[in-house]
Amino acid sequence: MTIAEVQEQIVSEFLLFEEWEDKYIYLNEMGRSLPLLEEKYRTDQYVITGCQSKVWLHAEYRDGKIFFSADSDAIITKGIVNLLIRVLSGHTPDEILNADMDFIEKIGLREHLSPTRSNGLTSMIKQMKLYALAFKTKS
Amino acid sequence: MASFPVDKIRDDFPILHQTVYGRPLIYFDNAASTQKPVQVIRAISGYYETDNCNIHRGVHFLSQRATETYEETRKMVQRFIHAASSNEIIFTKGTTESINLVASSFGKQYISPGDEVLISIMEHHANIVPWQQMCLERGARLQFIPIHDNGELNMEAYRSMVKEKTKLVAITHVSNVLGTINPVKEIIAYAHSFGIPVLVDGAQSVSHLGADMQDLDCDFFCFSGHKMYAPMGIGVLYGKEKFLEAIPPYQTGGEMIKEVHTDGTTFNELPFKFEAGTPNVEGVYGLNAAIRYVENLGLENIRKYENEILEYATAKLSEFDDIRIIGTAKEKTSVISFLIGTIHPYDAGVIIDKMGIAVRTGHHCAMPLLERYRIPATVRASFAFYNTAEEVDSLMEAIRKVKKIFG
Repeated sequence: MTIAEVQEQIVSEFLLFEEWEDKYIYLNEMGRSLPLLEEKYRTDQYVITGCQSKVWLHAEYRDGKIFFSADSDAIITKGIVNLLIRVLSGHTPDEILNADMDFIEKIGLREHLSPTRSNGLTSMIKQMKLYALAFKTKS
Repeated sequence: MASFPVDKIRDDFPILHQTVYGRPLIYFDNAASTQKPVQVIRAISGYYETDNCNIHRGVHFLSQRATETYEETRKMVQRFIHAASSNEIIFTKGTTESINLVASSFGKQYISPGDEVLISIMEHHANIVPWQQMCLERGARLQFIPIHDNGELNMEAYRSMVKEKTKLVAITHVSNVLGTINPVKEIIAYAHSFGIPVLVDGAQSVSHLGADMQDLDCDFFCFSGHKMYAPMGIGVLYGKEKFLEAIPPYQTGGEMIKEVHTDGTTFNELPFKFEAGTPNVEGVYGLNAAIRYVENLGLENIRKYENEILEYATAKLSEFDDIRIIGTAKEKTSVISFLIGTIHPYDAGVIIDKMGIAVRTGHHCAMPLLERYRIPATVRASFAFYNTAEEVDSLMEAIRKVKKIFG
């Protein structure tokens, strides 16, 4: 699936939620189902520190595609991290660099990316794109 | 709680009468900033409608009237905190600026390489970083008084840490995270017995306990207007006249000068020596109204009512078997920091917010303190005299929701 298609899929999943809390129950599940980040990447070298929560992000470049793995200490953040990885992981640097992450707005999670939340997510997206730029320049 | 007219008081706070996410707003973030009664809001708009002008130097009518209110407010603050003279009242931007002023000016005058400044591990960053920077610049050492697990200051350790090299003790009156009321009077008396001056950070105490400079006998006292129902950007530094006379100006410019010549400048007298530039006159008008509002309610009544809310909330929180309250000192103001099981405070805060309740989550600008407890953050509910037991019940409902979603 393309980055746009995955985003559309996530948006349609979120349309099913009737109550606001269902969204958080789902994010909780997403957080819990995020594949474990290898312990060696859960270090200061990979951390994105927000005031409220931390995100650890690792990227690997294989066969022209970037694969992300990540973790967070807060479960909502971790759930959103899972969604971001679902959207961007396994794509080429160019696809990632050109990606318009409009699903965040559409599923009503924009507030989680506002600077006052300071949960590391805004920096995470920036960091994912920076990885893409770095791998693109290297290859 | 029947005798306290909380319903009538709530009518004075327009901001409380709104809904967020379709629910009535409940404001439990008072330790960060309190809401403003209409009396304060009107004082500010009234200033702009009838009195606005630059103060002190104008001979015209408006300037005289605004200057009078400004200087009357200084006397009002003097009376409110029982200072010996209005020369000891300096208007600042807030507690942070007050502490920076003392750290900078006191540091220049009194701190030499090898000296020590004593603070506690429960300080807000505003009472850590200015000292840390000043100590770095002057080759001095910053020492931290430890606390007990319940959040009370370790007084034995404090007494053992006061040494010949100690040049200043800077301590918070009340912890913004734990709510602990420190025995500042005892701390001051002990430091004074060695001739060491003491600065008290009163940001979290004045609106709950008031402050009495004659009783405490501290040498510096700092507080912010916006944490006591006044506007943001106005605060106070109290300093004993002998120290304010001895230390150099903090900032230079207008108002703080006596004469300026091309080859030098002489400085104005107290309190103007420390008030460079056009002051926050609207803030002072607002502070004036806020002090009158608080005095009208009566600090004793406020303390009693807030204590009841604190006790009620503590009892309700204790009904959950997985809630851990951080800070259980015997003497507390109406602040409760807590953790819900292993749920991250950010997650809890997001859900509590969706329930229309404003609490604060995070490190509360007290990272060394949270490190001491080996936790990254807490959820903090802090109450003011306009909060009610019913609102506390809603917080409990929100906590049940948090547990349902993440438990």
